[in-house]
Amino acid sequence: MGGSGSRLSKELLAEYQDLTFLTKQEILLSVHVVLAPHLVDSEQQARSGNEHTGKPIAENTDSCPLSTRAHRRFCELLPQEQRSVEESLLAQVPFEQILSLPELKANPFKERICRVFSTSPTRDSLSFEDFLDLLSVFSDTATPDIKSHYAFRIFDFDDDGTLNREDLSRLVNCLTGEGEDTRLSASEMKQLIDNILEESDIDRDGTINLSEFQHVISRSPDFASSFKIVL
Amino acid sequence: MAQPLAFVLDVPETPGDQGSQDPSPYDESEVHDSFHQLIQEQSQWVAQEGLELQQREQEAPGSGQQTLPRPEGTQSTATLRILASMPSRTIGRSRGAIISQYYSRTVQLRRRSSRPLLGNFVLSARPSLRLYDLELDPTAREEEEKQSLLVKELQSLAVAQRDHMLRGMPLSLAEKRSLREKSRTPTGRWRGQRGSGGVCSCCGRLRYACVLTLLAFNAVLLLLLVAFIMGPQVAFPPTLPGPAPVCTGLELLTGAGCFTHTVMFYGHYSNATLNQPCGSPLDGSQCTPRAGGLPYNMPLAYLYTVGAGFFITCITLVYSMAHSFGESYRVGSTSGIHAITVFCSWDYKVTQKRASRLQQDNIRTRLKELLAEWQLRQSPRSVCGRLRQAAALGLAWLLCLGTALGCAVAVHVFSEFLIQSPEAAGQEAALLVLPLVVGLLNLGAPYLCRVLAALEPHDSPVLEVYVAICRNLILKLAILGTLCYHWLGRRVAVLQGQCWEDFVGQELYRFLVMDFVLMLLDTLFGELVWSRIISEKKLKRRRKPEFDIARNVLELIYGQTLTWLGVLFSPLLPAVQIIKLLLVFYVKKTSLLANCQAPRRPWLASHMSTVFLTLLCFPAFLGAAVFLCYAVWQVKPSSTCGPFRTLDSMYEAGRVWVRYLEAAGPRVSWLPWVHRYLVENTFFVFLVSALLLAVIYLNIQVVRGQRRVICLLKEQISNEGEDKIFLINKLHSIYERKEREERSRVGTTEETAAPPALLTEERDD
Repeated sequence: MGGSGSRLSKELLAEYQDLTFLTKQEILLSVHVVLAPHLVDSEQQARSGNEHTGKPIAENTDSCPLSTRAHRRFCELLPQEQRSVEESLLAQVPFEQILSLPELKANPFKERICRVFSTSPTRDSLSFEDFLDLLSVFSDTATPDIKSHYAFRIFDFDDDGTLNREDLSRLVNCLTGEGEDTRLSASEMKQLIDNILEESDIDRDGTINLSEFQHVISRSPDFASSFKIVL
Repeated sequence: MAQPLAFVLDVPETPGDQGSQDPSPYDESEVHDSFHQLIQEQSQWVAQEGLELQQREQEAPGSGQQTLPRPEGTQSTATLRILASMPSRTIGRSRGAIISQYYSRTVQLRRRSSRPLLGNFVLSARPSLRLYDLELDPTAREEEEKQSLLVKELQSLAVAQRDHMLRGMPLSLAEKRSLREKSRTPTGRWRGQRGSGGVCSCCGRLRYACVLTLLAFNAVLLLLLVAFIMGPQVAFPPTLPGPAPVCTGLELLTGAGCFTHTVMFYGHYSNATLNQPCGSPLDGSQCTPRAGGLPYNMPLAYLYTVGAGFFITCITLVYSMAHSFGESYRVGSTSGIHAITVFCSWDYKVTQKRASRLQQDNIRTRLKELLAEWQLRQSPRSVCGRLRQAAALGLAWLLCLGTALGCAVAVHVFSEFLIQSPEAAGQEAALLVLPLVVGLLNLGAPYLCRVLAALEPHDSPVLEVYVAICRNLILKLAILGTLCYHWLGRRVAVLQGQCWEDFVGQELYRFLVMDFVLMLLDTLFGELVWSRIISEKKLKRRRKPEFDIARNVLELIYGQTLTWLGVLFSPLLPAVQIIKLLLVFYVKKTSLLANCQAPRRPWLASHMSTVFLTLLCFPAFLGAAVFLCYAVWQVKPSSTCGPFRTLDSMYEAGRVWVRYLEAAGPRVSWLPWVHRYLVENTFFVFLVSALLLAVIYLNIQVVRGQRRVICLLKEQISNEGEDKIFLINKLHSIYERKEREERSRVGTTEETAAPPALLTEERDD
C-alpha cells in the first residue's frame, strides 16, 4: 500500500500535508479504496454493519493513517458517480450525511462543528477540504492555539464573536443532556453562568471574548488531549 | 448643530450614512445574522430591542460599576455598526483581523522583538490590541494590503517556519493555499520537510503512561546490571559449593531451591578479580594479569554498577517529575474551576451513544458538586459545625493511622514469630507465609480506610482521592519500614554464618511474586464480583473508578519500591518486575474492557501523572535509596558468600581500590584526590545542597512575583472594560439626542414643507 495506487497527485498530497496537521501516509492510502468501486461497496456494507453495532472503527484501521481514512470516509458519503478524485474534491456533502459518521454521531456539538468548518455560501454542506480542515484541527498534533480558536467558534452558538449568557446556557445544556430530567434547574444554571462569568470575564462586559476564552483554556493542561477526534 | 463632544471620535451624522470611517465586518459579510437584521430594520425606522451587550447583574460588590442602558426605543445603525466592529468581537471572526494578527506575529518572529514599537501605534488604549493592528489605525488598511504585507513577511521566513505558521492559522484550506502560493519564492521549488506525525493518540490512558515509565526505568537498570555484572559472571562462573538442587515448581514462588546459586542472587557472585588465575580472595593488586586478558574486579563492578544505576534513576526521575509538574501546573489554575469544567471537560474522542450519555451524566454530577461546594463556601459555617467537621476528620485520620500502625505491629510480631519457630524455618513453603500475610494486609486495610472515608464529610471529591492516596501510602510505608528493619536488623543477626543477602533477595522476590498473584486474584474476583453486585446502585458507580485509579497507581509504586529495595541483593529482580508489569497491564486492560468502566475524567489525568511521579520519587525511591545506603555503609556483609565476603562493609571495596590506585602511581592520582575531597568530604555535599536551596528559593520568588503581576493586569483589564462601557453609554446618549432632534426637525419641516436642500444645510451646522 504505497503511492502506486494513488490518484491524488503528489503536489496535492504534499500540499495537504504541509497545510494541515495530517501526515502524508494518511492521505495516500485512502485513494486506493476510491479506485475500486466494488471494493468500496462491500466495505461500505461492512461499515454500515459496524455502525449498527456502534463499535468504533478505529480498531481495524491502526495501519491506516488519518487523511487516507478521511478521504475514504468522505467518499462513502458521496453518491457513486461523484467518487472520482477530482469530483470528490469539489463535491459538497450536506450536513445530514456528515452527521451520520460514527465519530460525530454521539457528539452533542456535531451541528456546530459542521457549521463552523463549512465554507459554502449557504453554510449547509462540507467539501472534502473542509472535512480535512476539521480533521486537522481535531488531530493530535494541532497546536492548542488553533484548537482553542475553533473551540470558541463552536461554542459561539449565535456567531456574534463572544459567548454571552445565552451561548453559555446552550453550551451547558449540550454538556448535560437535552432531556428535561437531565438539565440543570434554572437557579443552578443561573448560578453556574454567574460563576463562569465571574471567573473568566476579565473586562466585566458580561460576555467572554476570544482572548478571555483562550486565557481560561490555557489554564487547563488537559484541553488539547480531550479536543481530539480519532477516525 | 453639532454638540460639543467630550472625546475625539468621528461619528457619522445620520444613521443611514454609508461613509463610515471604520470598515466593519459588515462590509466583509462576516457580521452575524442578528446584526444584519437589526441594521436592516433600523434603516426602516422600526423599533428594535435586544441590545447586543447585556447588562450584568448588579452584585453587592459591584458598586460603581457601570451598566449599559436597557434598550428603550430605537438604536442608531451607526452605533450598532460600531459595536459590531469592536476589535474584541472581530478578532476571532473576520479574515482581515486574523491576517493582521498573524502578520504581527510573523514580524515579531523575524525581528525577535517582544514588543511592537510604540511610535507606530496611535490611538489604541489596550496594549494587546496594538498587536492586532486593527481598524483603530487611522490609515485603515484594506484586506488586500494586509494580505500582501503578510505574504511579504512569510516570504522572508524559513520554509519550515512558514509551514508552521500557515498550519497554525485558523483559516480555511483554500485561503491557506492562496497565501502559500503567493508567498512561494521564485527560486526553485521548495519541499517542506515534516517531522513524523504525532504520538499514537489511541493510548493516552494514564495507566499506560505509568507502566511505560516504570518499564523504562527497569529496562535501563536491567541493561546496566546485565552488561556489567551478570554478563561477566556468567562468562566466568565460580565453582559451586555442592551439587545443584533439583528444580521443583516451587522455585517460581519462593526463589529458593535451584534458583539460589545462580546469577539471580547476590551469593553467587565471586569476590575476586575475574579473568585472573588468582588464589587470594583480596583485590587483584598482587596478581599478575594474564597476557591478553582484561582483569575485571567483580566487587568493584558490583558496587559501582548498582550505585550508577540508582544515580541514573534518580536523575531521570527528578527530571521527569519536574517536566510533568511544568506541564500540569499553571499559575492560578486552582481558580476558575467552573469555567474550566464547562469548557474543557467534554472528551471528543467518545463515539458511542452510551459512553456519551455516561459522560453527560458525569459532567452533570460534577457541575452539581461544584455548585454545592461553592454554596457551602459562600455560607460560612457556624463554629459548632466547623468543630464537628474537624472532629469527624480528626477521628477518621486517627483511625486510619491506627490501622497503619496496627498493621505494622502485626507484621513485626509475625516476623518475630517466624524467626523464633524452628520447625517453620525448615519447610520451603513456610517461607511464603510472611509475603502472603503482608499482601493480604495491603489488600484489606485500604478497604477499611475506604469505609471510614465514606463516613467522614468531605467537600470536594478531588480532595477525597488525594486523602485516600495519602492514607494508603502511609499504610504501605509503615509495613515496608517494618520489613526493612526485620531484614537488615533481625535477619542479619540471626543468619550469622549463613548467606543473609541471599535470603533477603529471595524474600523480596517472594514479595514481588505474591503481590502479583494477589493482584490477579483481586482483579478477577474483586472487580468482577464487585461490579456485578453494585451494578444496580448508580451512586456507588460514580465513586468507584476514581478510587481505582488511586489504588492502581499505588500498586505500581509499591511493586517498583520492592524492586528497588531488592536490586542490591538480587540483580535479576528488574527483569521479574518487567514481566510482572506487562502481565498486570494486559490483565487490567482486559478487566477494564470487560467491565466497561466509566471513562476517566480528563481534568484529573495530568495531575494524576504528576502525583504518580512525585510519589515514585519521594517516598518510594528515597526510601529505597536510604535502604541501599544503609546496607552499603553500615551492615557487615556475610563472610561466606557474595563479592564482599571479606570486607567490613560493601563500601570498603571502593576504599580498597582507591588505596590501590594511590599506590599505583602519579598517573591516576586525580582519582584518589577526587575520592578524598569530594566524595568523602562532607563540605562538598553541603555546598551542593546550599546551591540547590538557593535555586529553589529564587524560583519560588519568581512565581510569587508572576502571581502579583497577573493580579495587577486583571485589575487593569477590568478598568479598561469599565472605560469601554462608559464610552458606549456616551455613544448611546449622543445618538439618542441626535435622533430626537432629527425626528423633531423632520416633524417641523413636514409642516413647513421645506426643500430637502435646506434640511441638509441645517443639519450640517
